[in-house]
Parts: sequence; C-alpha cells; structure tokens
Amino acid sequence: MKADPIGVATGNHYIDGDHACAEGAIAGGCRFLAGYPITPSTEVAERMAERFPFVGGQFIQMEDELASMAAVAGAAWTGVKAMTVTSGPGFSLMMENLGLATMMEVPCVLVNVQRGGPSTGLPTLTGQGDMMQARWGSHGDYELISLCPNSPQECFDLTITAFNLAETYRVPVLFMMDECVGHMTEKVVIPEADEIEIIPRKFYQGKKEDYRPYQFKGDGSVGPMIKAGEGYNIHVTGLTHDERGYPVINAEAQDKNVRHLVDKILLNEEKIRIIEEDQVEDADVVVISYGITSRVALKAVQDARAKGLKVGTMRLITVWPFPEKRIHELRDKVKAFVVPEINLGQIVLEVERCVSGKAKTILVPHAGGWVHDPNDILNAIEEGAK
Amino acid sequence: MSKTAEQILSDELLIPQPKEPLAHPMEGYLRTDRLPHIWCSTCGIGTVITAFIAGLQKSGLERDKVGVVSGIGCSGRAAGYLQLDSFHSTHGRAIAFATGVALGNPDMKVAVISGDGDIAAIGGNHFIHAARRNMNLAIICINNFNYAMTGGQAGPTTPESANASTAPYGAYEYPFNLPFLAESSGAVYVARWTSLHVRRVTNAIAEALVKPGFSFIEVIAPCPTLYARRNRLGSGLDLMRFYHDNAVIDHNADTRDIDIEYQKKIVVGKFVDKEKPTFLENKDAVLSAKLGDKYIPYKGA
Repeated sequence: MKADPIGVATGNHYIDGDHACAEGAIAGGCRFLAGYPITPSTEVAERMAERFPFVGGQFIQMEDELASMAAVAGAAWTGVKAMTVTSGPGFSLMMENLGLATMMEVPCVLVNVQRGGPSTGLPTLTGQGDMMQARWGSHGDYELISLCPNSPQECFDLTITAFNLAETYRVPVLFMMDECVGHMTEKVVIPEADEIEIIPRKFYQGKKEDYRPYQFKGDGSVGPMIKAGEGYNIHVTGLTHDERGYPVINAEAQDKNVRHLVDKILLNEEKIRIIEEDQVEDADVVVISYGITSRVALKAVQDARAKGLKVGTMRLITVWPFPEKRIHELRDKVKAFVVPEINLGQIVLEVERCVSGKAKTILVPHAGGWVHDPNDILNAIEEGAK
Repeated sequence: MSKTAEQILSDELLIPQPKEPLAHPMEGYLRTDRLPHIWCSTCGIGTVITAFIAGLQKSGLERDKVGVVSGIGCSGRAAGYLQLDSFHSTHGRAIAFATGVALGNPDMKVAVISGDGDIAAIGGNHFIHAARRNMNLAIICINNFNYAMTGGQAGPTTPESANASTAPYGAYEYPFNLPFLAESSGAVYVARWTSLHVRRVTNAIAEALVKPGFSFIEVIAPCPTLYARRNRLGSGLDLMRFYHDNAVIDHNADTRDIDIEYQKKIVVGKFVDKEKPTFLENKDAVLSAKLGDKYIPYKGA
C-alpha cells in the first residue's frame, strides 16, 4: 500500500539525519513513540513530539529506556507501528526488552544514534562501537535486522524500509545511525505519499478461537498478528513458548522456538540484504564499510584509483543479517578486504569469519570521537593490493 | 457499560451463577487448558485470581476490552491463566509494558497483576511514574513479603526482623509502605486488603477496573512454602487466621501511618478514592487548547 499523505511532508528540506529519521518514521506509518532523552538522538523524539499531534500519533516520554522499550513492545500488540530512539547507555538499557520484543515477535523499530563508548563515553561525538551489541546485546540466541544509513536522505528513506522489514519479518529492526549522520545537515527530498511503498501489518482473518500468535513452520515464514482488545484473548510471554504462546519449559520447545527466531531472518538473508557495490568484479581490494565511514572511505578509494589500484567498495546498508554468501562469492577473487570502522574491530571479525583466510582482511580502526583520516584507509588499500 | 462504585458494592453475588453447569466455576475466564497452575497449596495468589475474575464480572466491563499484564515471579504467572488478552512481560516492566498497551488501545482497561518484588523493587520506578502520570491502569500487587519464585529472598516489603534466605539472621532494611508510596505518587484509588478479605478484594478490583486513572490495590497474601516456613508461621491457613485476628479495617487511616511490622496488626481499607484527569485526558485538553482543530487525537491502530 501507499503511505498515508497526512504523515508525508512532501518537498525539499534542509534537515539533519535525526530530523529526517523522524520524518521517515511518520511517513512510514509510525504512530507510537516511547522514548527517553539522550544525546545525540534526542532530536528524533523532539520532532516526533512536535509532529505527532497533527498526524494522530501517540507520544510518551517514559521514565527511562527500560520502560521505553517495554512500552513499545506493549503498544505493538495493539496493532500500532511503534518505535523508540536512543544512544549509548540507553541502548544498553533497552537490551532487556529488545529481547522481549524479539521473543514475542513484535514488529517495531529501535533507532540508535551511536556515540563513543563504553559507558558515558563521548555523548556528543561519533562512534560505531555498538555494532556487535546490535547483534549480541540481549541474552540468548536470536537474529535481528540492522540498517546503517550514511546521509540524512537515507535516514528518511531507510527508516521507512526499517518499518517495512519489521512488518515483513515480525521482528524488531535496529536503525543504527551514528552521531555524524544524525547531526549532519543536507538536502532531504521527501516524495509524494503515493510514491512511498508501505508494508501494512498482516492481521489474522479467520475464526477467533483458531488464532495462534505464532507459527513455527521451519521455513522462515511468520504468522499474522491481531490487535489487543478485539477478543482474541491471546497469551504471549517472554518465556519459551509453543505456537499458542503458552510457556513450555523443555529442550524440544526451546529448539523449535529459538530456531524459528533465527531461521526467519537467516533463511531470508538474500531478500533482506541491501548492499551497495562499486567496481568489485575485477577488484584486487574491496573496502567494506557502513554508516559515516563509507563516505570517508570514498575519498581513499578515489585516491587509490587515481594511483591505478583496482579497488572496489561494498557498503553494508543492512549489516545484520551479515551478507555472508556475498563475501563467499568475492573471497576467491580479491587479494584483500579492507574494513574501516569507528571501533577497534567489530564488523571486521565477521568479515574475517566469512573470508576464512582465503584473502587478507585488514582492519582500519578508530576509537571514536571523529572519523578516519582517509590516508589511513588509503595506506591499508595499498598494503592489501601488494 | 461499566457500573458505578455504588452498583458494585450493592451487588451481593460474589460470582454470578451460571445457567448451565460448567467444568470449572470460572470457565471462560480461566485458561483451563493450562491447569493445574504452578502455585503451592494454600498460597494466596489463587484467591486473588478468583477475586479478579469475580471483580471483572462485577465491573460490567466488556471482557474483550480488558487486558492483563504481569511481570516475573509467582504472581507474575497470573496473566498466563487468565482468558483475556494477557501478557507475561519482563521482571519489573509489567507497568511499562501495560502503559504501551493502554496507550496503544485507549479503549482498553489494562490491569497489572504482579508481586511486591516485581512492582516495588525492580519495577519501582515504573510504578511511581505511572502513578504520577495517572495512567489508566489498575495495579494489583500481591504482597507475600518475599521473592518466592527464586526461593524466599528478602525484598522491598520484607518486614524488619523477618527471616529470608538472603536475610538469614533477620531483615534489617526498612520496608516500603506501598499504599503511602502509591498515594504520594499520585494514585487516585488506593486500597490494601489481605487474601482473607475476598469480598473486599473483589469489590476493590471491580472499582479499580471502572475507575479512570491509576488505581492501586495491595493484597497481603500467604507464602506457605517460603516466608511462612522460614519464619515458623505455619501453613497458609494459619496465616489466614493471623489476618483474621490482626487485620484492622480503617478506611480513614492516614497512609503515612500504616507501615507493616513483623507479625503485628495490618491496617487495611480503601484509603484513597478521588477524581483527577488521566494522562490522556490531560494530553487531549492541552493539545486541543493549543492546536485547536489541527489536533488529531490518537484513536488506536
């Protein structure tokens, strides 16, 4: 279906990534936000608080991030598209109820505008150190989807995508911005509502007594949802459960339940995958990057190409699930993968795992607070091309 | 149509008698396919569940519009046995989760049934803030003075000198006085009863369900397996006798004065019942006044 025009601020805007994310959420159908102020993500919640009264949205500033994520999970069961937004320590606090939302299979979006960590770290300066937390942050085994925009325009476009993916796979989607992208101001073009594709929630249509909150078919599919308050009398829990939602505490039920959470993402990895590639087919070196670092890496790639090096780029827009199969296709063709990231080595571990020693993998680390010097990335490309 | 408080109190029948014989007296309200439940013999939680169903029936509320959220713990299993839209959330977050449900579907009345550890310790912040906002929620806190699910540890309501597995020489922290905490945080309805006061609890639940805003009912309940055993207080039945002999009804009690001391009198009653606009009523009023016709209230999904 197409976007509801009431939420689409069609036109040319000059706004930062945080504001663009808020507009993307509203255009994408989000009508519930529970959040808690934290730099550098607060502008998202501020814009939603300002805009929601005009579009019929429900905004609440909760007492903390634990409550924000819990409220989002609860609201999502009433049928509304719901989100929260946070940074740094707030992301850590949300891990508990992110696990609940994952276990309950509620579609929702969690925006994390990354800053330097650990702990309070660098509240106002950038980082990409939450990428493994996005993968493993809540306890137990599960798979989620994470998106990394690299511009305010993408903050708008991909927030819509995030809501669509959340509905398609009944899963929380992590929108992993970084402070640079969040606070960078650029032109953002918001199209007409009828040019924006929206995936609506899939609601159950059969007899009320036959409804099952979950379907564990083993084929990566998910069942439809209902709206609380319409007489389905569902039971859902954070405990390991069966398709009725009833707790079942044994190894067989655990296997069925957890494998379903993992399969519905991994079996659909190629459908979920959004990556941007340039000149990888005959490349000696492929630079893999995401978020703001992809824009810094571009300068290094241009300089390397000017020196005659055959350099390709792969930009991860979906970082999780990781494009494992794509790396497998490339690992025998290239000499090296260069991975710049604003942390001391996170996604590089995943690249190394997929490359399995069949090419060099070179990390270009940065502890955070600023972006890389493109020359550091250039040096790594030159080393990889040897 | 929901009933008025007067109608609820004048209704003598605890449980409406069914026209046809039922497999279970509360069939239709209990998930009978999940029975037997996990609770110990003479535990007080089951009594509160019975009172909840009876109170829901007395309230006159449309059942489909009532949801229940629990946290974690023995009382946290309540949601799992009720044939309503029922949510078993995370430890301490029942009220936060319920806030999401209540705001997501403003036509619903959402009840939270959970324990003293869940609501007053790990969930204490959510409790006071939901009360402050006058969120439209009915909170039923079953207080058995300890963490029973995990083996009888001391908690925020354990009376001083009582024995618990993490207070093996007697508790020495000051416990919360929950009705005072609720009232001072902004609750519009505050009551305390024991699981002996079945009719009182039932009526309180019915009143809380129909009352707009944040209602709080503390129900003191026996934990025979842990709290009573560790403190040599006998069975659940012995504790019911203790409640009979030591519970003092005083509706006019000042909540500041109703701390619970170890094995001393327990002041019970309906302490607060007042009117105050709810979170959503305040939101609508402010935004309508500021934005006029441009304001589009949230109507649910």
